[in-house]
Amino acid sequence: MDLFMPEIIILITALLVIITDLFLTKSKRHLAYLSLLGLGAAAVATVLNWDSPPELAFGGMWALDGYASFFRILFISLSGLVIMASVDYVNKFRRFQGEYYALVLLALLGMIMMASTTNLITMYLSLELAGLAFYVLVGFLKDQHSSESALKYLLLGGVASAMLVFGLVLIYGFSGETNLGSILNYIQTLPSGMDITAHTGFILGIILTITGLGFKVAAVPFQFWAPDVYQGSPTPITLYLSIASKAAGFALFLRLFYTVFTDPLALSQEWALIVAVLATAGMTLGNVLAIPQKNIKRMLGYSSIAHAGYILVALAAVGNSPELADGRISLLFYLVAFAVSDLVAFVSIIAISRSTGSDEISSYEGLAKTNPVYASALTLALLSLTGFPPLAGFLAKYYIFSAAVQADLLWLMIVAAVNTVISAVFYFNVIRVMWLRQPREEVRVLASWPLKLALGISGLAVLIFGIIPETLLNLIEKATELIIH
Amino acid sequence: MALWPRLSGRAIKITSLLLTLVPLVLSIAVFAGFDRSSSMAGVVQFEENLPWISLLNANYHLGVDGLSLPFLILTTLLGVLAVLISWKVELRVKEYFVWLLILQTSITGVFVSLDLLLFFIFWELELIPMYFLISIWGAGRKEYSALKYVLYTLFGGAFILAGILILFFATGSLDIASLASLDLNNFLRPALMVLTFFMFFIGFAIKLPAFPFHTWLPDAHTDAPTAASVILAGTLLKMGGYAMLRLNVAMFPDVCRDWAPLILTIAVINVIYGAAITLKQTDIKRLIAYSSVSHMGFVLLGIFTLGEISMNGAVLQMFSHGIITGLLFAITGVVMHNTHERDINKMGGLAKQMPRTAIIFILAGLGAMAVPATSGFIAEVSVFLGSFQSSVVPGGQVFTMICLLGLVLAAAYILWTVQRVFLGPGLDKFQMVKDADKTEIVFSVVFLLVMFGVGLYPQIIVDVIQTGVAPLAALFGG
Repeated sequence: MDLFMPEIIILITALLVIITDLFLTKSKRHLAYLSLLGLGAAAVATVLNWDSPPELAFGGMWALDGYASFFRILFISLSGLVIMASVDYVNKFRRFQGEYYALVLLALLGMIMMASTTNLITMYLSLELAGLAFYVLVGFLKDQHSSESALKYLLLGGVASAMLVFGLVLIYGFSGETNLGSILNYIQTLPSGMDITAHTGFILGIILTITGLGFKVAAVPFQFWAPDVYQGSPTPITLYLSIASKAAGFALFLRLFYTVFTDPLALSQEWALIVAVLATAGMTLGNVLAIPQKNIKRMLGYSSIAHAGYILVALAAVGNSPELADGRISLLFYLVAFAVSDLVAFVSIIAISRSTGSDEISSYEGLAKTNPVYASALTLALLSLTGFPPLAGFLAKYYIFSAAVQADLLWLMIVAAVNTVISAVFYFNVIRVMWLRQPREEVRVLASWPLKLALGISGLAVLIFGIIPETLLNLIEKATELIIH
Repeated sequence: MALWPRLSGRAIKITSLLLTLVPLVLSIAVFAGFDRSSSMAGVVQFEENLPWISLLNANYHLGVDGLSLPFLILTTLLGVLAVLISWKVELRVKEYFVWLLILQTSITGVFVSLDLLLFFIFWELELIPMYFLISIWGAGRKEYSALKYVLYTLFGGAFILAGILILFFATGSLDIASLASLDLNNFLRPALMVLTFFMFFIGFAIKLPAFPFHTWLPDAHTDAPTAASVILAGTLLKMGGYAMLRLNVAMFPDVCRDWAPLILTIAVINVIYGAAITLKQTDIKRLIAYSSVSHMGFVLLGIFTLGEISMNGAVLQMFSHGIITGLLFAITGVVMHNTHERDINKMGGLAKQMPRTAIIFILAGLGAMAVPATSGFIAEVSVFLGSFQSSVVPGGQVFTMICLLGLVLAAAYILWTVQRVFLGPGLDKFQMVKDADKTEIVFSVVFLLVMFGVGLYPQIIVDVIQTGVAPLAALFGG
């Protein structure tokens, strides 16, 4: 039971936050501190059973392995940073601050479960838990934009869930099992005359599953919700969606597809091809459409579609040669690198737009003169997202490219590399506006200490993961070895 | 190599000067301590190797050999001079020098790194400071030029990266020295060899720049601040030539030989087309920029005729071009700063008001025309002699003959420019123009000393180059 300590702590914290909210009348900021405290405890609990041997719990429904632990720590840290970044922003809404933090924690619970589930049913449950929390969070501002986003997200999310369930049902119908291990077993013990790739229902199931998960990670062509939702949601939630929700989607994606659908290599390469096509579409469309954007949140929305494309490159590499560890390691490393870079970008944006009152790129004119610290942080983040050395973004891209080349996907690597050049156009546009224009008015950006701390931590992480990534890479390597099914 | 400045509000310029002097002194020490004996040919000296990312088999591997040492000296020397040249910068001084120093760090890094990943990191790192230097302190269409520069180089970088990855997975090594000692034929299929070769070549050709990838250069040069132009012409372009020798020639000798005629054709176009366009320019900085294109054609010619003397000449040409064109840009900067004019047609008779500037410009021009006693003469003579002699590439002589035309054209555009800018009747509007001041004289004299020093006693640096080039030439039986 103590293996589930982190989850239990998070759940209790979420409930505590709601209850405390009833009694707190003045400083709602304590709710954030309470949440952080809970997260700290959950992190400690995770670290404590870090080295416990991997095992399956509840009749094979949950895996408690290095992979799950890695994502626990990742999501807990990201949620902590998001909460720190929310402190300033949340003052905007007078009411429901308790609910806000509780929902963030519940979404976290869902995402952690997504990374550790090994059963089709719990997979769907955890996905919905995270999804429902996000539907509410997206609409939290309750203005026109925000409500529209929430409705859009809810409807399209519902469609995607339906597709996913349909896909999972087909897989279940084919194998008669819901536990991933048993499905794998079934596929492996098929009579030798039976060609699994010719089984239409099963392949359709895989395709529908990819569709449903593709929605979660905002892969083209299932990305239509992303820019609108990104623009309309509260900025910390945009951040949360783009770093954590996406990472959870990929965590699930990788576990399901790597553990179950890689055994006949023909099957693996079949979905790898689909993923590679999605990756190409995602990178190209995301980067090209980001160029004309005038709103910075919207631009980062398109950029995150493009980054999902890069991560799909790693996934395609996993599918094409599942025996190589590089694909998996590069995928996880990219998730981390992208998360910290995006964090720096969004945290700066939260601080800046609270003072300027606008998310338009034109309102960033001359920011380097008036607020050099925030402008430098945002520049650092944008350079890392472009993939400039010596930042985390560069090494992550390099690693994914190298995994692609190694998995015989040279064409995909070249597509990705050319896309990097395209992406420089819009990232540099923001940098140009900040550094080369004259400020229109003198604006001082003020921020609370939790936000500054979040900015400092993530900024440092961008540098550290770019220059001395050895420790993180070793952790990831361990995590990817331990996948069990 | 740690150049990160401790910025002390008022003394930024002096701090920067000191900070650039340190690596110069260090590199001169390296230069003095470099073992020039022929037994050391191709051996890397002053090596430093630390494991960095073991999962990627990447190391923090630095060192110099005969090939990189001249560039190291050039870079550190120009670093000091660039700070002197920037003495008059008044806009956002702190940022300016921070970027300048980061730029220096990255260029130095390119020349001394012996690990492909590290090499690539420095190669790309250099973009960011250059972008800001051009776009903030530049002139004219500076933002357009800066972005064009970044996009071109990133595009080239994508190809280089692909090349690096192919090599890495074929051999499992990122170490430049050990890759060069392997016979890649055992690892790569012939078609893949050619593909990898051209991935590198395109990436480096963009930097050099070679036709038809040269169009970023005039824009970037024209709009860059003086010091950035000096570094751009002096050392950044050399990264392309250096990398061609280091990777293309050293690792793919067979492909080099097979495809040399194509590349030599590009070289000829570079020389002739670059020179012809130079003649047409009316913007004085643009003019010098195009002359760089022409001069880089000589470098390509020297490298890809694949003879020992010609490659020696190519390296020497890069070194000397760095000095001469650096000086030309620097002194042009003085002219532009003092006259507020950059259109050649609107200048004239400046020698009356600025006699010292005129003399310096003319001396540098002599170098660019490769008049004997300047380093340009030695360099170009060895390129031409070497290329003509080299029997590695059939038809090398023909290419050499055509390129000789470039010399005549160079004389034409330099002399014509001198005539239009400095000679002729004085113009009233320049009555009050001041001559170069002390700082400007100081850096010009340093440039000139090096230029004539190498011109009169080339052995001082040729020895070193020799040890780097000899093993390359040996690949072609030269």
